[in-house]
Amino acid sequence: MSIRVFVPRDTTALSLGADTVAHRLEREAAARHEGIDIVRNGSRGLFWLEPMVEVETPKGRVAYGPVTPGDVPSLLDSGLLEGCVSHPLALGPVDEIDYLARQQRLTFARIGVTDPLSIDDYRAHRGFAGLEEALSLSPQAIVDEVKASGLRGRGGAAFPTGIKWQTVLDAPSEQKYIVCNADEGDSGTFADRLAMECDPYMLIEGMTIAGLAVGATQGYIYLRSEYPLAKEILDEAINRADAAGYLGDNLRESGRAFHLEVRLGAGAYICGEETSLLESLEGKRGLVRFKPPLPAIEGLFGRPTVVNNVLSIAAVPFILAEGGQAYAEYGMGRSKGTLALQLAGNVKRGGLVELAFGTTLRTLMEEFGGGTLSGRPLRAVQVGGPLCAYLPESQWDMPLDYETFAEVGAGVGHGGVVMFDDRVDMAEQARFSMEFCKEESCGKCTPCRIGSTRGVEVIDRIRKGENRDANLALLGDLCETMVDGSLCAMGGMTPFPVQSALKHFSEDFQRPASGEHS
Amino acid sequence: MKPSPEWSSASIQTEIDALKHKPGALLPILHALQDRFGFIPTDAIPLIAASLQQTRAEIHGVISFYHHFRTTPPGRHVVQICRAEACQSVGARALEAHAKARLGVDYHQTTPDREITLEAVYCLGNCACGPSIRVDDQVRGRVTEEAFDELLDELQTRPLEVSA
Repeated sequence: MSIRVFVPRDTTALSLGADTVAHRLEREAAARHEGIDIVRNGSRGLFWLEPMVEVETPKGRVAYGPVTPGDVPSLLDSGLLEGCVSHPLALGPVDEIDYLARQQRLTFARIGVTDPLSIDDYRAHRGFAGLEEALSLSPQAIVDEVKASGLRGRGGAAFPTGIKWQTVLDAPSEQKYIVCNADEGDSGTFADRLAMECDPYMLIEGMTIAGLAVGATQGYIYLRSEYPLAKEILDEAINRADAAGYLGDNLRESGRAFHLEVRLGAGAYICGEETSLLESLEGKRGLVRFKPPLPAIEGLFGRPTVVNNVLSIAAVPFILAEGGQAYAEYGMGRSKGTLALQLAGNVKRGGLVELAFGTTLRTLMEEFGGGTLSGRPLRAVQVGGPLCAYLPESQWDMPLDYETFAEVGAGVGHGGVVMFDDRVDMAEQARFSMEFCKEESCGKCTPCRIGSTRGVEVIDRIRKGENRDANLALLGDLCETMVDGSLCAMGGMTPFPVQSALKHFSEDFQRPASGEHS
Repeated sequence: MKPSPEWSSASIQTEIDALKHKPGALLPILHALQDRFGFIPTDAIPLIAASLQQTRAEIHGVISFYHHFRTTPPGRHVVQICRAEACQSVGARALEAHAKARLGVDYHQTTPDREITLEAVYCLGNCACGPSIRVDDQVRGRVTEEAFDELLDELQTRPLEVSA
């Protein structure tokens, strides 16, 4: 019997040469007359170890990483196929790797374990148990289960998912829609991508449950065009789910229907804002809409629409399979369940860390992350994406939950944690926040469209030392105007990283600029 | 399949007809055209407008709103460099300066030999292993300046044509 060897196929593993490693393994094993069966699994999300090769042994799976093609012969020589751990790249049993063992993986329990496209693998790991349960429940009972879980929107706004679903359930309409926001544009985030590339049936199952809950028969996944591999995997998974009766006109012989289609965005960050996303899905420019009406009442094509982030929907199969209460037992205060944190940027051990709410940044960055990649002192961390604050060391010991972070003007956002060492110029980072807003503003409201351009100019003058105090005051005013006067979070939150840089790293605004903008 | 810049009104219309029945068909149509031809020929605009019963201004407005769509043919390869924060923290600013100097072009420009079009991108979702770039549909991580130069050599090596 062939030995099963796992080589991940997610974007990060591929970006570090996983395909070449897989080919080399195949060739070397054949030359040695060893029968191996290479499975292209998803990634476990331990990115500093990618490409991480695993071998199935009678005692469980044993991991090796990071593997380069050149390591393959010596790994085979040292007994990789028997799970021997004498090679310097041997990591031991994968489940005992501390980084993984310490996590609370509810949503990401399957990633890296299974072949992402295998329905059998998915079912063997509790897949579709939530859908089977939902098919036996009334729409209201499904919504009640989601309410009981305390799940809040994982896209960043943290609105209670169950209440959103209730609104759509209660809205009378012949046609309703489920829209999944997979426009994961925040730098430092990759959890949506991992969910889609490594466990696509989880998203399909979650959307189908949402459809059953609110009475929608059509779903769209609005996926950013920067994720071509996720598109390929989702399209194939949808085809297979259709063929197996998990999508289509007659879900598992229940007589109920749900159809799903992936739609690609086109490189506009603003389309992660839900109303802009809906405009884009309708085939228009991604201009932000006024609210109200809420999308739950008048959403896609004017119909009641659930718009949920990938991770919100991905949490739903667990909630239905294990019960809302089981999910709510994790977390703290009003932040229930787990949060998928993403360690990124200048970090030694970057990757996905799923933990119950309540952990601290310091635990994450030091115990999981192992400090900076450069080995230099950590200076600033941006949590929650380009619209959230930069946090100085004095804020690294707060518990990570929505309310605690909001109290200090910070955000949890989509869970991205981008680390910077002591070489970062925070005035340059502030300038970039404004520049990014200028680049990505939809242009509908003036504070965002014009404010961001003026923001770049004012910061340039400050960095050159032109009327520094007056310009710093002006920048403060401009930030307030954008926060108070913008139509959506793009202009309304762009000032947060700027204000936090001014407040916590003011010395960086006092020295002459270096580099190209000087 | 590599995109081919050879388009005709008939081939454009075929792509439009395959998708125009979909709700919100415009973005799928624009993607299909760009996937096939590498860009959206401006002559496609009146054809799309007529098929979707919209004005040419509306179609143009949508194309110009989205960074992804282009109306001129790109070089043989499109190289996108991530400019977002996570990549900045591990040296993306230096990499982008190096790439521009090495290629002799700025963003949204194509090298004179039409080999490489350079574009900026804001996040490829590879944020734990930056700096990241995308070459056509392939993402590469931990891209040092040396790795970038090697990649260019790889991309620009064309087989010699031997005449019989």
